[in-house]
Amino acid sequence: MKKNTENMFKGLIFISPWIIGFALFQLYPIYKSIYYSFCQYDVLNPPIFIGLKNYSNLFQDEIFLKSIVSTGIYTIMAIPLSMIVSLFFAILLNQKIFGRGIFRTIYFLPSLVPMVALAILWKWMFNGEHGILNYILGLFGIPGPNWLGSTMWATPSIVLTGLWGVGGSIVIYLAALQDVPRSLYEAAEIDGAGWFSKTRHITIPMISPVIYFNLILGIIGCLQVFAVPYIMTAGGPARSTYYYTMYLFDNAFSFLKMGYAGAMAVLLFIIILAITFIVTKMTTSRVYYAEK
Amino acid sequence: MQKNDSVKSASQKKQKAVSSAAIHLMLIAGAIAFLFPLVWMLSTALKPLPETTKIPPTLIPSKFMWSNYKEATTAIPFWKYAKNTLIVCSLTVIGTLISSTLVAYGFSKIQWKGRDVIFYCVLATMMIPFPVIMAPLFVVFGKLGWIGTLKPLWIPSFTAAAFNIFLMRQFFRTIPNELTEAAKIDGCSELGILLRVVLPLSKPVLLVVALFQFIASWNDFLGPLVYLTREETYTLALGLQFFQSQHGGTHWNYLMAASSLIVLPIIIIYFFAQKAFIEGISLTGLKG
Repeated sequence: MKKNTENMFKGLIFISPWIIGFALFQLYPIYKSIYYSFCQYDVLNPPIFIGLKNYSNLFQDEIFLKSIVSTGIYTIMAIPLSMIVSLFFAILLNQKIFGRGIFRTIYFLPSLVPMVALAILWKWMFNGEHGILNYILGLFGIPGPNWLGSTMWATPSIVLTGLWGVGGSIVIYLAALQDVPRSLYEAAEIDGAGWFSKTRHITIPMISPVIYFNLILGIIGCLQVFAVPYIMTAGGPARSTYYYTMYLFDNAFSFLKMGYAGAMAVLLFIIILAITFIVTKMTTSRVYYAEK
Repeated sequence: MQKNDSVKSASQKKQKAVSSAAIHLMLIAGAIAFLFPLVWMLSTALKPLPETTKIPPTLIPSKFMWSNYKEATTAIPFWKYAKNTLIVCSLTVIGTLISSTLVAYGFSKIQWKGRDVIFYCVLATMMIPFPVIMAPLFVVFGKLGWIGTLKPLWIPSFTAAAFNIFLMRQFFRTIPNELTEAAKIDGCSELGILLRVVLPLSKPVLLVVALFQFIASWNDFLGPLVYLTREETYTLALGLQFFQSQHGGTHWNYLMAASSLIVLPIIIIYFFAQKAFIEGISLTGLKG
């Protein structure tokens, strides 16, 4: 019994850095976000309790509603596209081919480029007048749009920019693909299965836990998208790329409406938890966990 | 019969060759698309200004303007920002290594009641998005007197982030308990076991965690944007955005030169520690 208490004491001492950090830099700020969300608070003056007013204001705020819609559109475009592209190249790279290491490096490199450099580089390439993309499109006789300056193309441009950094997921999928037992494919080949049905019935189910993991992380990441649109478009044109976190950021730090920002923070957290829960429910029966 | 077989295998071989060629073709097309933007960054960075908007564009600059790099690094106080960035990166790496080894040890090599329940709580905190807490954190850091200094960016790393604890713990669990138990019988303290038995065996995971942390701090944009209020404390990421918002749309050659200088250290690190990178990233996805 004494030994147990002693070990518990030791364990808690060792994990104490995490306990302190969690309490101070996570739990307390979450509590404060919730608390501020019921207050009018501009940092300079003490918070004044106003009940649910911030929340009811949010749902009448056109900018807020528009930010939800544009964030949703961005997420719906970005998630399937990045998933298909990363899986596609991971499956290609998983074949026995010459120069696999070099290809893997090339696909992975862009994911290391810092967000700021990535955003500025693509802003340059998307430039309507002098951008290289429109020049290349012009070679094929396609008149390129004014990408970042058009309400229609601004969000797709940001999606494409993000797609360039998909290398991390390619590496994750590739590692998962390499763990799929060869014997399964051999058995399927004896049964006369072709490439497509092998992919559909063996590859995808076997790596489904990794797909699920990437899907959840991808959605959470998309809902918080900030740096790339902030740098590339600053939310424009006509607020078409003014995503959720950008409005939250402005409320907190440009307009000093901490209470309003608090309500947005609480809602974002609820939205993320709800989507995670729904996606998990929807995919549980499709995710295959091998016995370990 | 035999003849039939050999005909079949020949056609199979041919089919294999065709599909292998198709795969290579798609991979090469993809590789060009992935590599081209980086090439274009370097190409623009080395061009004289009029050539950046020339039609048709040139891939190889008519004249290599190495002076663009000098201009770009003096147009903004580049080296001052680089120094700030390096301070933040090295302090966060030190903080992360110290704190996450201690915490991961507590979660793997000491048996205590409630340990695994608390560990699941640690994992759950990975779900907390930064935008949800960034505003109240600003108030907290303000009360601590840290706003306007680099402290908000590095002090929290001394309290161990969930992801690093997780990576470290997974690795510590592969170290046989017989080793740590034996050291305990010899009268070694827990801290002694961590320092003399566990850490010497954990170099690969220490490298992965250090690398990931370095890159995360190097790339971080939102943190510096929120907490660095004075220009003297800007990191490179923030300084580059500042430069861009002032000179954007004109001096693309300087912007690309400055951008490539921010990318370069990361790519160099990658080539030196390629294996650690790939293994680390694979681990992230698989064990999640």
